Amino acid sequence: MSEQALKELGDHIAATLGDDVLKVELKLGELMVTVRRPSLIKSLTFLRDDPTCSFEQLLDVTAVDWPEREERFEVVYILLSYKHNRRLRVKVTTDEDTPVASAVPVYNAAGWFERETWDMFGIFFSDHPDLRRILTDYGFEGHPLRKDFPMTGYVECRYDEDQKRVVYEPVRLTQDFRSFDFLSPWEGMTNVMLPGDEKAQAPDTGSKP
Amino acid sequence: MTIATSAHPAAGQSGGKTQIKPYTMNFGPQHPAAHGVLRLVMELNGEVVERCDPHIGLLHRGTEKLIEYKTYLQAVPYFDRLDYVSPMCMEHAYVLGIENLLQIKAPLRAQYIRVLFSEITRILNHILSITTGALDVGAITPALWGFEEREILMEFYERVCGARLHANYFRPGGVAWDLPAGLTDDIWEFTERFPKFVDDIDNLLTNNRIFKQRTVDIGVVTKEEAFNWGFTGPMLRGSGVAWDLRKSQPYEVYDRMDFDVPVGLTGDCWARYLVRMEEMRQSNRMIRQCLKELPDGPVRAEERKVSPPPRGEMKRSMEALIHHFKLFTEGFHVPAGETYTAIEAPKGEFGVYLVSDGTNKPYRCKIRAPGFAHLQGLDFMSKGHMLADAVANIASMDIVFGEIDR
Repeated sequence: MSEQALKELGDHIAATLGDDVLKVELKLGELMVTVRRPSLIKSLTFLRDDPTCSFEQLLDVTAVDWPEREERFEVVYILLSYKHNRRLRVKVTTDEDTPVASAVPVYNAAGWFERETWDMFGIFFSDHPDLRRILTDYGFEGHPLRKDFPMTGYVECRYDEDQKRVVYEPVRLTQDFRSFDFLSPWEGMTNVMLPGDEKAQAPDTGSKP
Repeated sequence: MTIATSAHPAAGQSGGKTQIKPYTMNFGPQHPAAHGVLRLVMELNGEVVERCDPHIGLLHRGTEKLIEYKTYLQAVPYFDRLDYVSPMCMEHAYVLGIENLLQIKAPLRAQYIRVLFSEITRILNHILSITTGALDVGAITPALWGFEEREILMEFYERVCGARLHANYFRPGGVAWDLPAGLTDDIWEFTERFPKFVDDIDNLLTNNRIFKQRTVDIGVVTKEEAFNWGFTGPMLRGSGVAWDLRKSQPYEVYDRMDFDVPVGLTGDCWARYLVRMEEMRQSNRMIRQCLKELPDGPVRAEERKVSPPPRGEMKRSMEALIHHFKLFTEGFHVPAGETYTAIEAPKGEFGVYLVSDGTNKPYRCKIRAPGFAHLQGLDFMSKGHMLADAVANIASMDIVFGEIDR
């Protein structure tokens, strides 16, 4: 998997898919292709069937939440080609309301991966055969891996001795959740002159004792 | 389906013959053959499985969310708790991902130690997988024998990191400590008699009539199906695909290792069992090679921004003390970027998709668990088989819920 081979592959994909490809990146020796959302299925089908690409397997579907972006979710498809021994990541962007076409017609494996992405991020996959929640509890509300979902969640459950059943209650923390800010301001203050700093840069006047 | 008997609970009379309606059965979540907390909702026609819908998530702990709130170093122990049968392999994928983002490499000795313990982990995992799989189809002796060997291997774990299961031994840039004195000799001694154990299991199972009746031609997966459903590891090799990340995309010192990749021919449960048996022998071979070639030297990268200074240095050097303090409070900062790093875990391709935004915490850490994809295939593998064969399928997938539910 040389860098050169991946670069050529990226060029090949960009040339063949044309306007469908928004961006081809090669970072840390890994190839990433961002495609337009409407042409996702077309691109995945091409990547699977084209003999130069021949990505036979979809290893994972996941998402990354960037709340400050206009389209906050980045859906990532991780592909592997056994024939050429290469990996590729395909990305599309979307927001809370816009559905992404389901990849199940192209790769069967996408079924559960997309269910998980729906469960965790609330990204809707259109034409998915069975888009239920998968990992969270029955009757769970919210999408836990969104950045605006608190780590402690909203409800907790316990067994109630009086009612003889499991009850759900709002989370009560005995101690507030502590989130430390480790982004030290000092590292960003390279251009600030603090009192005494001028001595370090004082020109050598030659008045040594 | 029509049969000639009359009184059946779910039967309605139709012209002398009885109509049996397919009925829905709940399997688990507390069932010894479910390998943890698997709940299956099955539609059965008599004893034949028509549809099988796994309900997972009963062990969901939100690992990926928790990791986003921990520093890179603090997140390592979570990986032990994913696939708790092969802890060090999970850590391996994660630390390799961090090292890829940081663009550092572990010293050679650390790489050998990692490979050594990855292979010990593989044996640990396969012993559990094979013996409990045999238990599911009716053989109890392999489990009794196998757990004794596992205990010996877990003692090696304990001697190297202090814990039998949740090792927390691998670190970005190396391993936590060097091997204690005498450990290599004891592992060597183990590898000398371990092939005998594999032969014993071989004698008990491989040509055992009952075992073969329960596994041969059960859960056949073709090559195309394996690709399409995202199968990796022994599930893929059992279907005749010669693919092993240790060979095809070698990481650490696997390119120096001398080993063969077993490939199954039939794609059924028996083929997968045979693949795992042979992998144990090959792992044993690799452990011996690691011990023979184990070089001297440091076990942590000499990069003070990532790995802490030695105790002695901290007593004398102010800078070392500051590094130590910063490393264990703030942690190290990882340059912005993303990587997908995969290793050949005992169960298949275990990958970590790490997204860093340049701070001391992972922005996103997606864990690609092989068992998740395999369990998805249970429906098509079990369709048309008997209920008891679904259990054999689960066993041959090597399901562990820690990694599936995350």
